[in-house]
Amino acid sequence: MADTANPHASGQPTRRDFLTLTAVATGVVGAGAAVWPFIDSLNPAKDTLALSTTDVDLAPIQPGQRVTVIWRGKPVFIDHRTPEEIEKARQVDVNALPDPEPDEARVQKPEWLVVVGVCTHLGCIPLGQKTGDARGEFGGWFCPCHGSVYDTSGRIRQGPAPANLTVPQYTFTSDTTIRIG
Amino acid sequence: MAAPVAQNRLVRWIDHRLPVFTFLDHELHQYPTPRNLSYWWNFGSLAGIMLVIMIFSGIFLAMHYTPHKDLAFDSVERIMRDVNFGWLMRYIHMNGASFFFIATYIHIFRGLYYGSYKEPRELLWMLGVVILILMMATAFMGYVLPWGQMSYWGATVITNLFSAIPWIGEDIVTLLWGGFTVDNPTLNRFFSLHYLLPFVIVGVVVLHLVALHQHGSNNPLGIDRKGPQDSIPFHPYYTIKDMYGLAVFLLVYAAMVFYAPNFLGDPANYEPANPLVTPPHIVPEWYFLPFYAILRAIPNKLLGVVAMFGAILILFALPWLDRSRVRSARFRPVYKWFFWLLVIDCVVLTWVGANPPEGKFILIGRIATFWYFFHFLILVPLIGVLERPLPLPTSISAAVLGKGGPKLAGAGAPMEKP
Amino acid sequence: MKRLLVAAALALGVAQPVLAAGEATPPPRQEWSFNGIFGTYDRAELQRGFQVYQDVCSGCHGLYHLAYRHLTDLGFSEEEVKAIAAQKQVPTINDEGETVERPAIPADKFVRPFPNEKAARAANNGAYPPDLSLITKARADGPDYVAALLTGYEEPPADFKLQEGMQYNKYFPGHQIAMPPPLTEGAVTYADGTPATVPQMAHDVAAFLHWAAEPNLEERHQIGLKVMLFLLAATVIFYAAKRRIWADVH
Repeated sequence: MADTANPHASGQPTRRDFLTLTAVATGVVGAGAAVWPFIDSLNPAKDTLALSTTDVDLAPIQPGQRVTVIWRGKPVFIDHRTPEEIEKARQVDVNALPDPEPDEARVQKPEWLVVVGVCTHLGCIPLGQKTGDARGEFGGWFCPCHGSVYDTSGRIRQGPAPANLTVPQYTFTSDTTIRIG
Repeated sequence: MAAPVAQNRLVRWIDHRLPVFTFLDHELHQYPTPRNLSYWWNFGSLAGIMLVIMIFSGIFLAMHYTPHKDLAFDSVERIMRDVNFGWLMRYIHMNGASFFFIATYIHIFRGLYYGSYKEPRELLWMLGVVILILMMATAFMGYVLPWGQMSYWGATVITNLFSAIPWIGEDIVTLLWGGFTVDNPTLNRFFSLHYLLPFVIVGVVVLHLVALHQHGSNNPLGIDRKGPQDSIPFHPYYTIKDMYGLAVFLLVYAAMVFYAPNFLGDPANYEPANPLVTPPHIVPEWYFLPFYAILRAIPNKLLGVVAMFGAILILFALPWLDRSRVRSARFRPVYKWFFWLLVIDCVVLTWVGANPPEGKFILIGRIATFWYFFHFLILVPLIGVLERPLPLPTSISAAVLGKGGPKLAGAGAPMEKP
Repeated sequence: MKRLLVAAALALGVAQPVLAAGEATPPPRQEWSFNGIFGTYDRAELQRGFQVYQDVCSGCHGLYHLAYRHLTDLGFSEEEVKAIAAQKQVPTINDEGETVERPAIPADKFVRPFPNEKAARAANNGAYPPDLSLITKARADGPDYVAALLTGYEEPPADFKLQEGMQYNKYFPGHQIAMPPPLTEGAVTYADGTPATVPQMAHDVAAFLHWAAEPNLEERHQIGLKVMLFLLAATVIFYAAKRRIWADVH
């Protein structure tokens, strides 16, 4: 819509240019502002956001037991770790890991590991939640899609995944309940 | 004539291979337009912009809508309450339909007054009637989607019109419904077609514009342009004039969307569809009321349906019904009055259509329906032959600039051929 | 295909509207804080109205399109909303696959008073208490109508034949309504000390129901004002530019 070479310009070109520019700017600003609500409508709606936290009661989970809860449509692995598993996770030389992170930084209470159960490679759900599942050689989780292996802290140890299983934001709302999100 | 489009090398490279810039320059920039178009000529582009607004808002609404009879109403309410700016998108779309029809109806009446349907613009006019029919079909099916009481019963009544067709009517209606009543299959196919038809409209609008640009716009004088002094380039003159008109039009539209979003709607459509209870008054949206009044004016099912569709289809024949060679009603002292009578007649039909068919409304509706067809079938051809038009100005520039001397053409001089 | 013919007859306008008899009295206009370009909801009034709904209406009428979380708009804190929701039980499926009940959470929709329409009719002498979440938009002059209806009960005129179990209400179409007068003086005790007269409660609950039907009204008014001002400015600018550009044509 640039109107620089208008052959009909005559008289006072400055005023016309200024007015034309203002008019064009007004149109552009108006169109831009009008488009925003439509773009924003693609963001999560209020009912979706209302379900963005999940409360979990930890009391029934026995040591050594793993449960899966749904948070924002994704599985979250909750592992009530045994002392051996904690020990195993903490004996590792952190610097030798593909994604170095000490176990202490990944848990709030050592016996409770909470991670998003989505492989950081390409989004598959790793095995290891059910008792019969392959857990891989590090006793954590094993992703059957491309063979990523995670340890008892949910850290990547082998395979193509680039990063450890994500620790979601969560808080202990009491000794035995957590709120994820 | 065609000046180099731009100095930019990339633009020239593209234009050499795909002449979009030359095309735009010709059709939007240099496109010679009569210098005397009035504000009535704004409504074509306004209708085009409304089409864009409707498609844009509709696509976003479709991302949140569920076309299922058990979920449609709730999904619309979810849009209204939980989707970010969902209420705004829906009110824009809902009221947009009305404003699309307002712009289109004014555009049509402008064409009727200034004889824009006459030679050589017959096909331009007929393509416009096709757009109107497609718009009506689209609007009707869109109104069904929220699956409220008026959606459901409107769909029932309108689809039942086809049962008036002899022999095969019942089968056609069953085919339209995909069942034995308006039901989930009906809703699904209406959603599909409601999404499709606007793009068909876009296609016909392109043809409408191609036909328009073949001979250019008609103008308030209805006489042909005789030379460069009668024309101005479309840009910047009509782009800025259209922008100004758009801003005013949007002011009214926004006032409705933000301060009276349900004024044109029917409260019954905020009740979920109930196939067992018919609302006491089934009334279509206002833009269908004149046709609804015609339908009800005729106490015979088949003839009523024929008259209703005939009221639109008659417009196809208008270029040949009108025998007058003078386009603009400004120079048609008799036709001018009957034009305004037709406008009043359509307003009366709208009013009758909004009221229950009882008492005085039956008689008024019948008179108004008679007049509508009498106007197009009898008056228009007769006036065209009998009327003595006023003398036409010699040229647009002469008339507009007022320095063309006395009007030379004699009374009733036939319009020259280009 | 008798039904077809009936529908077609409707289309042709042969069938007269059945309810033409007994035209309802138009509801008197009331003052509403949400009317007009700058209209907003009065939070105290909405909370009172919600209390009336909870204590009086919710036994029979649902608010299907509302979730408890929406109540934060009324000025309730999240904790208060949680407590309101927890008063109700919703069905869920436990790990053994059995249907059990759990307390409702803010993300839940308002619990319906009856599981389905048939249950509602069975409990109400065959009448169906309509859902109220859109009632003010589903009736002409909705808030006025709701407030008028709640206060419009009176003795039927001498020549009026009232059916068994029905009430006379001058604002109801046909004047016969199955709902007994729901409001009585002091039916609720307002936390803010407002005297709970019948007109007061009717006005409060009608305002609350209008919020329930149109929760985005305030946002709509605010954005609308900005849009109108912008368009006014645009109109002036485009008009000036148009005048300037056309100066050499006229």
